[in-house]
Amino acid sequence: MKFTEEHEWLRVEGDEVVVGITIHAAEQLGDVVFVELPEEGTTVSKDDEVVVIESVKAASDILAPIDGEITEVNGALTDNPSMVNDDPQGEAWFFKLKVSDASQMDEFMDEAGYQAFIG
Amino acid sequence: MSDLNRTPLFDLHVELGAKMVPFAGYEMPVQYPLGVMKEHQHTRDAAGLFDVSHMGQVILSGQSWEAVATAFETLVPMDVLGLGDGRQRYGLFTNDAGGIEDDLMFARRGDDLFVVVNAACKTADIARMKTALEPEITVTALTDRALIAVQGPGAEAAVSAMDAAAADMTFMDVRDLTLDGIAVWASRSGYTGEDGYEISVPDAQAEALTRKLLAQDGVEAIGLGARDSLRLEAGLCLYGHDIDATTNPVEGALNWAVQKVRRRDGDRAGGFPGAEAVMAAFENGAARKRVGLLPEGRAPMREGVAIFDADAGGTQVGTVTSGGFGPTFGGPVAMGYVATEHSKTGTPLWGEVRGKRLPLTIAKLPFVAANFKR
Repeated sequence: MKFTEEHEWLRVEGDEVVVGITIHAAEQLGDVVFVELPEEGTTVSKDDEVVVIESVKAASDILAPIDGEITEVNGALTDNPSMVNDDPQGEAWFFKLKVSDASQMDEFMDEAGYQAFIG
Repeated sequence: MSDLNRTPLFDLHVELGAKMVPFAGYEMPVQYPLGVMKEHQHTRDAAGLFDVSHMGQVILSGQSWEAVATAFETLVPMDVLGLGDGRQRYGLFTNDAGGIEDDLMFARRGDDLFVVVNAACKTADIARMKTALEPEITVTALTDRALIAVQGPGAEAAVSAMDAAAADMTFMDVRDLTLDGIAVWASRSGYTGEDGYEISVPDAQAEALTRKLLAQDGVEAIGLGARDSLRLEAGLCLYGHDIDATTNPVEGALNWAVQKVRRRDGDRAGGFPGAEAVMAAFENGAARKRVGLLPEGRAPMREGVAIFDADAGGTQVGTVTSGGFGPTFGGPVAMGYVATEHSKTGTPLWGEVRGKRLPLTIAKLPFVAANFKR
């Protein structure tokens, strides 16, 4: 698993990556009450706002970590947003992305690097 | 956060694992490890304890109750003189335009008036009272007392376990209680829509009392986050958001708070700041009104969301002033102002969230029925 400075995790599955937010991010957000997912088939560029997530406190955007095409979204989150708090690094993945340029993955942190990043 | 004030319960909040945030000049607990949703629901199901010591507590005293009440009526459009001993009432400070400078609770304690005002307004409120009422009336800010709210269906059992007299109080009663040896002033009121008490206690005993209350069955510490969602579901105004210096009581749908005796043709009509404007609003109606707003989908509509009369184009007819997720309601809830012609319950309108018009309907307040002990 790789981690971004925006507190996302990425797990490689063949030529796709699965994207979610970290346990740390979920704790910071508090109870998640709303998730708006992108449409499958959407082509996105790195740093595009692709997911809106609202907690009891505020709305936040999840940015596309790399360029690619959204191949699948986790529709279960729409009906059950609290999954993001219950299992952020497992069941509560947000979307799968077909990677355009695998080299964009190189800049991301590994787990130890991310733990050091969040202190 | 070094320039922020702390309440006498600061160390206890930290010990309980609270996340502390700046609020109205104080470091306050926004949530505890339980989290906002569970804290909210625990308050509705059992009992929540809230530190509201940042609020302003003020005593007005004078030659007689009549002198104090008559003086206070020059600042608020409420029936103060008619308040029975040991009773509390909701009030508003108005300005010369009839706008609301703050909302408050006032209670008669013998010949004195005990006033509780919002933290963010307390300096201005105390100055307002001193300027207008002294020297005939003595205005004393109680800077050495904490205020603790215990709210929820389990509040009566928790508080009356420490002084049985608490159970005899009904909604908006105030009374001196002795809670496990600590002398307090209690009111049976709050800001959650639930039954409960607000307890004024000397700073020196605040932590001891709070620990005793938290030791009662079913009482959990609750932060400001849940306090906000509880009061929103209960349809209660947050000053500075749902009402402010530019909204009069009729626009704010607080007509009920202005007793008939202070309205036109009442025995003590007018005589408060902005009386003409407020009475004109009663007679002519207001161009806009505070209403409940029920988003149809799951997306919360928060403060500032613009409200339109069409799903595309159309005209902006209102704005959300408070909104979020209602944990007990089980979906997003909001309140705000809309043009009066769109304010009828059931009227369909649209809120613009992130550039998209999402449907909502005008809803009756509260979203969750009140649970007071009448």
